[in-house]
Amino acid sequence: MAPVFLVVVTVVFFMIRFAPGGPFDSEKQVPPQILENLNAKYHLNEPLWKQYWRYLVALSHLDLGPSFKHANRTVNEIIAEAFPVSLELGLLSLAWALIIGITAGGLAALKPNSLLDYVPMSFSIFGICLPTFVIGPLLVLVFGLWLEWFPVAGWTHWQHRLLPSLTLGFAYAAYISRLTRGGLIEISHQDFIRTARAKGLSEPKILVKHALRGGMLPVVSFLGPALAGIISGALVTETIFNIPGLGRFFIQSALNRDYTVVMGTALLYFSLIFVCNFLVDIVYVILDPRVRYE
Amino acid sequence: MNSETHPEDAGGFSLWHDAIHRLLKNKLALLGGLFIFFEIIVCAITPWIAPYGFEDQILELTLARPSVEHWFGTDTLGRDLLTRVLYGGRISMMVGFLASLVSVVVGVVYGAIAGFIGGRTDNVMMRIVDVLYALPFVFLVIILMVYFGRNIFLLFVALGFTQWLTMARIVRGQVISLKEKEFVAAAHSMGISDVSIIFRHLIPNSLGPVIVYLTLTVPSVILEEAFLSFLGLGVQAPMASWGTLISSGVEVMEIAPWTLIAPALILSLTLFSLNFLGDGLRDALDPKGARD
Repeated sequence: MAPVFLVVVTVVFFMIRFAPGGPFDSEKQVPPQILENLNAKYHLNEPLWKQYWRYLVALSHLDLGPSFKHANRTVNEIIAEAFPVSLELGLLSLAWALIIGITAGGLAALKPNSLLDYVPMSFSIFGICLPTFVIGPLLVLVFGLWLEWFPVAGWTHWQHRLLPSLTLGFAYAAYISRLTRGGLIEISHQDFIRTARAKGLSEPKILVKHALRGGMLPVVSFLGPALAGIISGALVTETIFNIPGLGRFFIQSALNRDYTVVMGTALLYFSLIFVCNFLVDIVYVILDPRVRYE
Repeated sequence: MNSETHPEDAGGFSLWHDAIHRLLKNKLALLGGLFIFFEIIVCAITPWIAPYGFEDQILELTLARPSVEHWFGTDTLGRDLLTRVLYGGRISMMVGFLASLVSVVVGVVYGAIAGFIGGRTDNVMMRIVDVLYALPFVFLVIILMVYFGRNIFLLFVALGFTQWLTMARIVRGQVISLKEKEFVAAAHSMGISDVSIIFRHLIPNSLGPVIVYLTLTVPSVILEEAFLSFLGLGVQAPMASWGTLISSGVEVMEIAPWTLIAPALILSLTLFSLNFLGDGLRDALDPKGARD
């Protein structure tokens, strides 16, 4: 993981630096002396390898450097402020995805090819095909503007959290319901389920006590990609609902050429995804005794 | 794979014949296929059939409701929305297909080489794929688009490069099972070079799954392009794609919801159709239904 991380740091660092344009040559013309001072302050006048080395050394102390655009603020401060918001949104979405997805998938697997199966499964096609930036605005339109049940922007009350987290979680609920259904149906053909049935256990009990553990495996391995998807989906969701999270900050900083904020945020996301994938692998091994990684 | 049938052949169904038969029985896939076919034709002839010019502004008719003259209504600058959705479709479809093509070329070549060489090389190449799988490419694409100017050619390449991983895995699997077959041994014994075995024999024989996955790649690329354009990082004005149209629709949805609904609807229909078609093709070509 460490070498991959280094490669990512290097690629992103040089990609940004080699691109035409700098952080200070935007709208208004800055006098050359001031520009020089600014560049000196942020070490932008040093040779590139020196800047790179400086960044790596700082990074090893988890110091992501100062922001170029927000005077007197460090990237660490910005992340500390905006990340909790994104984290909350992400966790809520994931919770929706798991609750809705596993319930719908479980119901569908209880009686395959019945109405109980067809209704949630056809619904899930919408979740898989419709992008967040279509579902989100439509939800705002219907529940926010026409019915006026929920506020359309902001992040202070629980009402603010419902529509964005549903928007973001819906697509993954759809995938998870399909994976749950598939996993449960596959496992229900196995011998130990037949044994449980022969013992006279009721269907729901078999489902919850015996089938769910093995049937959840596809869902568990989907959690890694789902997390990556939720993180990038948050960029759009935070923009639509005007949520002061890290995703929106990332987009703004990218547009502003705020090098260090873009770098820092991207690195945070990368490490988050790496760590979570690792955790998912561990959970997988715990759930499935047949897989034992050496 | 080879579908030429000779007239003296005794009946029987080839794999492709069988597959087409199965595909035709799948109503949803067929409907999706027809819609996409229709859409490609409409996109191709848009400049001739569009009711108005792409940039024509009718200033006294801004944000007009859908009517007989303007089927989808007009936008904030009084431009006909139907026309803009048609032209936007050209961009979205073009990005979708060209970027998918990039991903196919990269994925097929990479996968075929890894599978054919095998051993340690294969191992290393596939570990690289595993690692890349874990990277959220959207961020790299965003950084790329922001810093290197939002040019559409870069968009094809960047999106194509985010999508080749699964393709590489599929082709590698195919090649590994194919390379043990007799016809490859025969080709070897005839002294044909490895490169031409890969390109003339192995790749053509693994095209079935490649086509299926290509059909499923196109919607995800269209989706990604719309995602970037929605954030203002994709296609730039004066060009417009469905993503930019949706994004400008969102801004005025309170007073003119049709500006959001029209492009969103067409985009969704396209994504549905492509997904149904892809699923149908997969079931048709691989009746055992090996998902992924």
